Amino acid sequence: MPELLSYKLLFVTGKGGVGKTTTAAAIALLASQHGRRTLVCEAEPRGDLARAFECGPTPFGGLRVSEDLVAMSMDTEASLREYLRVVARVPNVGHIFPVARAFDFVATAAPGIREILTVGKLCFEVREGHYDLVVVDASSTGSVVGQLAAPTGINELIRVGLVRSQTDWILEILGDPSRTGAVVVTTPEEMPVTEAIDLAGRLAEETPVHLACVVANRVLPELFGRSEEQIFNELCRPTRLDLIARELDSSRELVEDVLAAARLAVTVRRDGVAHLERLRAEIAAEVPLLYLPYLFARAHGLRAVRQVARALSEELLT
Amino acid sequence: MSRRAGDPGSRPGTRRSAGARSAGPSVAQDQTRRLEQLLSAKEIVVVCGPGGVGKTTISAALAATAAARLGGRVLVLTVDPARRLADALGIAGLGNTARRVPDEAFAEAGVRPKGELYAAMLDMSESWDALVRRYAPDPGTASQILSNPLYKNITQRFAQGHDYIAMERLYELHEQGDYDLLIVDTPPSLNALDLLDAPGRMAEFFSSRLLRWLIVPYRSRLVNLASRPFYQVADRVLGSQFLEDLAGFFILFQTMRDGFVARADAVNRLLRDVRTTFVIVTTLEAVPAVDAEQLIESLRARRLHLGLLVCNRVLPGSFSDPSVGRTAELLGQRSSELAESLAGRLPVDMAAASRPTTDTIARVLNEVARSFANFRLVATREAELLEELSTAHEVTAAVPYHPGNVTDLRGLLEVGARIWGDEGAAPSGEASATDRPRGRRGAGSSKEDTGPVAPGPSAGH
Repeated sequence: MPELLSYKLLFVTGKGGVGKTTTAAAIALLASQHGRRTLVCEAEPRGDLARAFECGPTPFGGLRVSEDLVAMSMDTEASLREYLRVVARVPNVGHIFPVARAFDFVATAAPGIREILTVGKLCFEVREGHYDLVVVDASSTGSVVGQLAAPTGINELIRVGLVRSQTDWILEILGDPSRTGAVVVTTPEEMPVTEAIDLAGRLAEETPVHLACVVANRVLPELFGRSEEQIFNELCRPTRLDLIARELDSSRELVEDVLAAARLAVTVRRDGVAHLERLRAEIAAEVPLLYLPYLFARAHGLRAVRQVARALSEELLT
Repeated sequence: MSRRAGDPGSRPGTRRSAGARSAGPSVAQDQTRRLEQLLSAKEIVVVCGPGGVGKTTISAALAATAAARLGGRVLVLTVDPARRLADALGIAGLGNTARRVPDEAFAEAGVRPKGELYAAMLDMSESWDALVRRYAPDPGTASQILSNPLYKNITQRFAQGHDYIAMERLYELHEQGDYDLLIVDTPPSLNALDLLDAPGRMAEFFSSRLLRWLIVPYRSRLVNLASRPFYQVADRVLGSQFLEDLAGFFILFQTMRDGFVARADAVNRLLRDVRTTFVIVTTLEAVPAVDAEQLIESLRARRLHLGLLVCNRVLPGSFSDPSVGRTAELLGQRSSELAESLAGRLPVDMAAASRPTTDTIARVLNEVARSFANFRLVATREAELLEELSTAHEVTAAVPYHPGNVTDLRGLLEVGARIWGDEGAAPSGEASATDRPRGRRGAGSSKEDTGPVAPGPSAGH
């Protein structure tokens, strides 16, 4: 089994729009295919996970997607309720006072409460051994550091109380590099790479969680070797375009439009490579860098997740 | 949004436009006119959309182009620009201070601007501090709040705090009246619409019964019946010491209540004002497009003015054009014959010191065909999404995919020209490959459509 899948808790994060959800879903799917009982959790419930698996809404209580795969959405209020019931042994809080409003208020006012309820729930699932692997489709850069730093922060702010007593075991799980890791997803573009580098630094400095790997998503394949590219450039000359057009009974403009696609692939690939080199140079050499291909697919949703899972599987085995 | 009433004949049947190579001149002029009307009539443009779609670039491009073409003083307020863009605008590391983009920068881009372009970043903690200083009853209280250890924590993590600050700064700048047009790039948030609710939530927060519950007992020590259960739980969970710290902080914070509530109301009114319009930016990928659609719906439900929908990083229309597609297929099918014909005519490869073999040429041709087929899939899906989205709104601009990043004023003005809908300032080089119908305005019925428009169905279905 690939090393990445032997973790207990993985936080998949990165800049908005780089494909965090698909990557998290693919890791979870792959793990479940390896027979790991897997929970995948959407930390910011927007329904992205439900869209990725093409299943119905994924409630806090979890929805079984396949035999070994359960999907859920974080709901900090439900997490508080569960916590009060299970840990604080306060029965049925709903009857005591309007939980929603009280919670909203406390979470707003008390720094780190919302965060620790998120992280706490996930660590709880790990501790209780309900699953072999918990994959978190985590928040993007700004909030994920806050979430993962929350237990430490709370330790400093809150000196007594139940919340305080909970942070120790949470910190133990988060800080154990054999159990918990962060997966930073990026694409071969300027801002996502800059943010990934920044995020890797902040995770190391501000949180106990170690960086398991960096995933470069939507990487275009190399189209041509050097001599092939020379040939391609030759083909782009007007006389060659005309020749091709004549043979195909087409027009120069149409042939030019066809070649434009390859030209775009070459340019984008070249730009991307420069950003990936920066990523490699800035992120410690011992952190694995995984590449996932750009999917030229009409499909999104489950088919895309399966494709990414396949690509990931190949990448993890090489 | 009464202006959307007109414009018949733009609903179905625009599918064929997906293959059109470029919108005709009158279509482009129409787009330009509408956009210029919009930006002349409005004083505030709020740019929102899902994360990672290029909001910042589009905001800056709109501002630069408005300053160049419409005149007046235009400010773009951005949250987190890419380093090189910040450098290009001269705002890197400047915090909240607005900086004028010098005319020389425009001159380098070959443009003499009619107006002035200013840029400013949004510094969250600086803005919060300024708010506290303004609304605290006296300087003593202000510094007590500012030095409270909970203050930084709370303001930085306050849900929707960033959104609120962005809107608040916008209000302040508008009130100062130094600019004719304010374009604000919004922070990435969980839900792009949170920022619309942020001022209201801020007001609600201060009025919250729970805030009173939290504060009162530490003043009177007499917990009333309603709030007692809250304390029993809160004490157990958080510890009474922490609750006391928290209450201490909020007793201070409460002193700013009236100022904050009044201000939040004013910010709210400004967002709903006729002088304000919203621009939604999205890409034509599945997930962002869904988010954008929801955003459009919510704006409509709130009766907010949606002025423009920008679809960013759109592949060239030619990629989904059936006749180009046929040529690509032929090129792949007849790659060996083509390679035979080409082999003798291609120059000697210096490195290999020989002419390329027919096999190699055929392989290149096959790669070209495959590459086109790949992009065709994506472009077709994009065309469908673009059509769906453009029926949702009157003014839709498609900004072509631009390899690399926009890092200077020239690049911003080129993007601006695409939004404006004219071809004049099209980027050189990629120009022919990046032409693109502007939403449904490139409707197949347009007589000016040039190029190989074939009314065939898009691939798929």
